[in-house]
Order: sequence, then structure tokens, then C-alpha cells
Amino acid sequence: MILAQSIITLAYYALTAGAAALLLYNFVRAKTWDREVLYLIVLVPFLLRLLRVK
Amino acid sequence: MSTTARIRKSLLGVLAVIFLVVSGKSFYDHRHLREPVVLGPGVTSVKTLGDYHASLRGTVNDINLYVLEGKEPGGTVLVFGGTHAEEPAGRLAAWLIVEHATLERGRLIVALSANRSASTVTRPGAAYPPDYTISTSWGGQTFRMGDRWSNPLDQWPDPEVYIHYPSGQYLAYVDIRNLNRAFPGRPDGTLTERTTFAFMELIRREKVDVAIDLHEAELQYPVINTIVTHQKGQEFATMVSMTLTDLEGFKIGTEFSPVNLHGLSHREIGDHSQAVSLLFEAPEPFLDATRGRTNADVLLRGKDEFVMRAGKHGLLFAPIDENGWPIALRVGRHTSSVAQTLETWSEDHPDRAVVARGIPRYADLVKHDVGYYLRDPGQASAGRVVYE
Repeated sequence: MILAQSIITLAYYALTAGAAALLLYNFVRAKTWDREVLYLIVLVPFLLRLLRVK
Repeated sequence: MSTTARIRKSLLGVLAVIFLVVSGKSFYDHRHLREPVVLGPGVTSVKTLGDYHASLRGTVNDINLYVLEGKEPGGTVLVFGGTHAEEPAGRLAAWLIVEHATLERGRLIVALSANRSASTVTRPGAAYPPDYTISTSWGGQTFRMGDRWSNPLDQWPDPEVYIHYPSGQYLAYVDIRNLNRAFPGRPDGTLTERTTFAFMELIRREKVDVAIDLHEAELQYPVINTIVTHQKGQEFATMVSMTLTDLEGFKIGTEFSPVNLHGLSHREIGDHSQAVSLLFEAPEPFLDATRGRTNADVLLRGKDEFVMRAGKHGLLFAPIDENGWPIALRVGRHTSSVAQTLETWSEDHPDRAVVARGIPRYADLVKHDVGYYLRDPGQASAGRVVYE
């Protein structure tokens, strides 16, 4: 169980990094300020988790 | 991309970084807040839980164990607070014991943060304060506010259903991170299970006679203002509660640990070791679901108009009036209950007596408040301050 938990945790961090990269990409491609703000707000908790702060 | 868009994106990016740093600092500071403990005159050594299970060494739950040993041999009692880190009276009661108690006979082992991981996170969506400060004559001491469960940063993911080891009982998924659903633990389990396993090893190796787990409960929960005891301690706990009710000025009952409810300290410590296991519950209105604003004031004063209204409608299992349940009363209930447990145990088992002096009792806490008994780390002798 602990091995499975470790694998899932690693996969989760990889997914988090992937989602963060997608959000950043969308932020760069966005044309309007409200979409840009939206992507940044959503991005912050992903970065905090990647940094293992929250 | 136009120049305007570049400038706008740059400005928004800077704002997002500021937001990230400010929020991240708040979370980081909470997780890493160092709480000073002044070793009282009775503390003879400080061990860590990793001494009893090596896989905990260096982890967040390699917690301090304060050993207070008397000159005369006797029995051993373990007191642990912080099993649920959102129940501060348990931690503070243990704190005052470490800073003030001295042992004449036997040995007392005290843990202040049984699940330290749980003290580094608050409940998502519950708007808990990150910390709280107890006023003292030397300024005040700030403590981490915690949660009921280990921090997901330390143990994740949760399963769909938590199957308790070794009973096989099905429990709520999130309780796989609940220290008081993970006893007796296992050596190769999750962080929470390894923590309880280390506690069990401590209890077995140190020949602990009585293990006391300090808690608080919401007033809408029926197990409150009581001592929950394993069947091995039924007469003993009943005597303690009767004596407390007679002598200390507060009412406390006795409940028997259900035989088929697994994972709890009062069940598993008694089942899997020689120790008598007890769990003390004090009232904490802050935990009630009907509370209003959730802040440090409600946590420490124990006063909330909505909980009081629920009480007027007879919806609570403990009384509450306009005075609420201040932290001094809750801590005092625990310290007196621990002191009385030691006294009753020592009367019943003179060969395994644990005789302590200097534990502030209920009347002392009501008179002086908690801050009066917190020692100033700035005035402590060299080497007599450790951090939680």
C-alpha cells in the first residue's frame, strides 16, 4: 500500500506540474485581461502545492 | 502580441507572484512556527518518538518526549496531548505539566504534539486561524492551530475507504490520517500508523501503566466532559471521576470504550499492551458546526452566540452559558484530571506509584489563567528550552 501511495503521490505531482504548465501556456495565449487573471488565480494553488507549501 | 498585451501580462504576472509569495509565506510560517518549551525542574531527559521506531527519525512526527523521573522507583504514566491538534486544551495541559511538575516517585512521560504533522495545517474551508496567542506577563506565547488529521503534505493520497489495521474495520477515508483512528499502528504503514506504532512500542518497552490521551470535543457530541476508559480501567476511572466531581468543582463522567470500535487510543492501547488506557474529553465550542465566526477569540474564550442558542434549545450534550468555556477551564479540567489519576493510581498500586507535585490544578487555572503558568523562554537557563 505504501509503495502504491508513493507512486500515486509522484504521479499527482507530475499532474500538478502539467496542469500548471498548461495554465501558464493559456495565460500567455489569452487575449483578454479577465481570462489572464482567471488563469493566474487558478495557477497559484498549483504552484504552492508543487513547492510543498500548501 | 502587442506591446500593450505584453505590459498587461507582465503586470498581472508580477501581481500573481506577489500573491503567491504573501500566501505562501503565511502557510510556510504556520508550518514552521517554533513553539518554545521551558523544561521544568522535573524534566530529567528529552527523548523523541523516533527512539521507539527508527523510521520516524527525522520526520515531522519525530516528536519530543519529555521524561520526568522521580528519585524513588515506581510506575510509569504516559500523558499525550495534540492527538487532534485542533483541540488546544490537551496540548496546553501537557505543556503546563512539563513546565511545572516534579516527580517524587515513578516516572511521567509527556508528549505535547502527538501528531505534530496535524499541527502544521488547518482544516481546508473552515477558516481556522493559523495560530493563537496566550497572554503572559512577559508578552505572550503563540501556538500553532492545527487540524484533526495529519497534513496531506506528509501523507497522501487517502483511500476510498480506510480499512483499519489489524481489525479490518471500515472507517471514513479521511481517518487514515487521524491519529486516534490509527492505533495500534504498524511498523511499515503510513506516517500516522507508524506514529501510533511508535507510541505502542514506547508503552510496551517503558512498561507504561497508564496512558492518558487528552482531547476536546464539540458540545453537540455526546462523549464530552468525561473519561473514556478501556475495560481494564473501569473501576479506576470511575473512582477518578467521582473524586474529581467531589473535590475539584467540576463534573466529569465515565464512559466505557466500545469493544468493537477500533483505532482509538482508549481501545487499542488497552488491547495491545499492558497499560490501562484513558481518554479525557473537555468541551470546545469552537468545534461545533453551528458556531458563527471562527477565530482565535472563539477558540480561547469558548464563547459563541449560536452555540449558546443551541444550548437554550436543548441541543447540546454539555451546558454552556454567557461565560462560555474559556481555555483556562478546559486546561484546568485536564490538569486536575491527570493529577487525580496519578493520585488514585498511586493509592491503588503503591508498588507502581507515580507521585507528582506542582501540577497546576483546575482552581489554579480558573484563578490565574493559562498564561500565568507559561514560563518565559527568555529567562530560562541555558539548555533548558526546546522547541515543538
